[in-house]
Formats: sequence, structure tokens, C-alpha cells
Amino acid sequence: MSAVSVDRDQAFLAAVERIADEVATPNADSVDREARFPVEALAALREEHALSAFVPEALGGGGVSFETIARACFELGRRCGSTAMVFAMHQIQVATIVRHADSSEWMREYLQRVSAEQRLVASVTTELGTGGDMGRSIAAVTPAGENLCTFEKQAPVVSYGAHADDLFVTLRRDPDTEQNDQVVVVALGGQFALEQTGTWDPLGMRGTCSPGFVVRAEIAPDQVVPTPFGQVMAESMVPITHILWSHLWLGIATDAFDRARAFVRAAAKPSDSGPAPAAVRLSHLMSELSLLRAEVGSGLAEFVELGEGPDRERLHTMASALRFNNLKIAASEQAPRVCQGAMGVCGIMGFKNDTPFSVGRHLRDTLSASLMIANERIHQTNAGLLLIAKDV
Amino acid sequence: MTDEIRQILRDHGRLPVDAGTLAVDEDLYRAGMTSHASLNVMIALEDHFDIEFPDRMLTRNVFASISSIEAALSELRSETALQ
Repeated sequence: MSAVSVDRDQAFLAAVERIADEVATPNADSVDREARFPVEALAALREEHALSAFVPEALGGGGVSFETIARACFELGRRCGSTAMVFAMHQIQVATIVRHADSSEWMREYLQRVSAEQRLVASVTTELGTGGDMGRSIAAVTPAGENLCTFEKQAPVVSYGAHADDLFVTLRRDPDTEQNDQVVVVALGGQFALEQTGTWDPLGMRGTCSPGFVVRAEIAPDQVVPTPFGQVMAESMVPITHILWSHLWLGIATDAFDRARAFVRAAAKPSDSGPAPAAVRLSHLMSELSLLRAEVGSGLAEFVELGEGPDRERLHTMASALRFNNLKIAASEQAPRVCQGAMGVCGIMGFKNDTPFSVGRHLRDTLSASLMIANERIHQTNAGLLLIAKDV
Repeated sequence: MTDEIRQILRDHGRLPVDAGTLAVDEDLYRAGMTSHASLNVMIALEDHFDIEFPDRMLTRNVFASISSIEAALSELRSETALQ
């Protein structure tokens, strides 16, 4: 890695850390309490051109490394889980387009617009009637005249849908094809209408503002990502989603641990009789956090290593699918465990919502982790893969 | 070998079309084979030909068409014959 790219990565990360501390932190409680979109943090991220950080410099973006994007998710997660989730989901969409659309003139021009206008991209992947299976779609790209297609998708959840500039949508390739013959399309603001179908008052991740919507759109045929969807899923969407999500969950758990440590330190007095019970509990909690940190770190390192080489062929193996599915399962279960442990250390001071040691938001935010692509569905997939994969 | 592969696809591929009518290079996933059905096809191929697909072959591309499956099986058989 060149000195220039290291400097670029460090400068970007420093900017994100500043936004996390100065903008996300003071707004985190009101974002959570009011279930409102983190407008202040997103405005600050746009000002730093963070929404195009992963877009290559040749297309006007920041050209930062994937590892740095993951690190940024971690840093934002330490301050505001909802801000981190919005940032992470946007980066998943952008990274997928960057990695698979370089042959498409429309997509290259689109990435230039994302860079110039700092456009926020939301994803519309889940659909009513598919049982939460991202590998199936019912809504289809429907030809509607020369150079025009339409679609209508019933989406039970669209994170920050009302706040997004553009949408990244999975659809059937055409109305006559099977449910698993899918493509990804990008629909621009002005080309789609959203009809909200539910309310948004959830337990955690309240600032992501993710009610259901019916999405109706008119797009041009060249707004379809040209790469086959199976390839997009295996090489990018699945591993990148699990890596960026697990980094922000680690960030939330790390802040819960930091609050527990601060609580123990504030209560500590010089003593001849050894550490207080809460201090010993903190030590137990640190080993739980270490497990989470190790799993998240090795998942990222393996993705970077597997993705090397011209054709990313190793990301297509079952062993790779199992690896990143297990990262998701492990991180989504371990993060709330750490947060609950932090509450055990802090006691009533952690349970209350208005102390420096409050960890209720952390626990509630991380409880969403096992539901976002339900772990039980991932286990079903893994169970099938394990019948045939050998060296896992 | 092609006929045996077609029969296994007929029995386990859960395709909306008859596997006998597919061209050898037609994309099975686009023809409607789900990832779950593809696992059943792999298990049936391993049992029927008494082979084990090594992990490097367990990719989407290898099971994407009748001809790619046949190429993988031929490669495995020639490796076995050399041993």
C-alpha cells in the first residue's frame, strides 16, 4: 500500500472520528428517543464527502480502502448505532456498484453523481411473500415501451427509505422468469414514488427509520447492474454486509464495555482486600469482548485475502459462504451479550437512561442484529451447505 | 454421462422445465434451479458417480450448466484413474 493511500485512509478515519465525537454523540439520545433520522450526523458525513469514500478517485470519490470503511463503521457504532447502520448500509450499496458495474457507462456516471452530490442510497431487498429470502424476488423489471421499464415492489422494511436520494432494488429479471432469476437496479430520485405501509416504533436502531413501503418506479434498461445477481451476492453483497454490520455491532459493544470500565473506575477506592466484585465482572466481560473483536477482525482479514486475485473465484466457494454467514451469526449474538454484561457491571446506573453509564440503548440496538437477515434462516442455509462442503 | 446428469437434474433440480429439453450450456440457475435444489443435485451426483466434489469445485459456476457439471465430473474421474 502506498504512502499516499495510507495518508488518505488516515485522514478519512480522523474525519469520521471527529464527526462521531462532535456530531453523533450529542444527538444519539434524541435520535433514539424520538426515533428520528440522524440528520446532523448525515449532514456532517456529506460535508466530508464520506458518502463517496469508497468510490474510486477517477470517478470523483475518496478512494479509501475497504478496511477503512469497516473501521469507520466501528467508530460510528461507538457513538450512535443508528448513524453507523445508515452509513454501513449506504456503503454496502456503493461498494457493490463499484465492484460490479465498471463495465457500465450509466453506472460509472452514477458513481460520479454520488460523489458530486453526496447522494444517499437505500436498499430495497426484502419483499412480502418471499419469507425474508433475499435470493428470491416477486416484483419484476417490466418492459413498458422504448427505453423504459417499470416495477412495483411491496417492501416490508426499507431502512431510511424516506431519507434516501436513490434506491438499490432487487427484482426479477423480467415478468416471465423464475423468482431466483434476479437483478439489481438503481432507481434515481424522481423516478420512484414511496407509499409508506406501516409505522416505525421499534425496540432499537430507532434512528434508521425503516417502515414498510410500496415502491413504484420507472427506470431505463441501463439502470440494471450488468453482473449476474448470484455473482454480486457471493462476491460482494453477502460478505460486505456481514463485515460492515459486524464492525458497527462491535463498535456498540465496545462503547458499552467502555462505560462499564468507567463505572468500575469511578467506584474504585484503594483497597487491601483485592478488586471489587464489579471489577472482576468487568474482567469477565473483557474476555467476551475479545472473542467478538477476534471474530470481526479475522472476518475482515479473510475477506480482503479471499478477494485478491483477478476473478475473486475463492469468494464463490461454499467454505467462503459459510465463513461470512458464521461471522454474522457469531457477531450478532455476541454483541448483545457484551452489552448485557456491561449492564450487569453498571447495575442500576447502567439500566437508567440518563447516566454516563447508561447502556440500555446499546443493548436495544444490538438486539436487532440477530433479526437483520434472521439467524435461523442463515442456519438453514448453512445446514444445507454443510452436507456437501468438506474443508470448512 | 450427459443422460445421467439430465436424469439427476430431473429428479432433484426441481426445474420448471424438463431437464431433457435443456441445452447443455444453458444456465440452470436462470432456468429456475434454486440454491437449495442445487445442493440436492450435488448430493445426488456424489452418490450416483461415487465421487466427492473437492471444495475448490463447490462454486456456483461449476454447477451452472450440464456441460460444466460434466467437465467437473470428467476431471475428477481422470484424477481418480491416475491414482
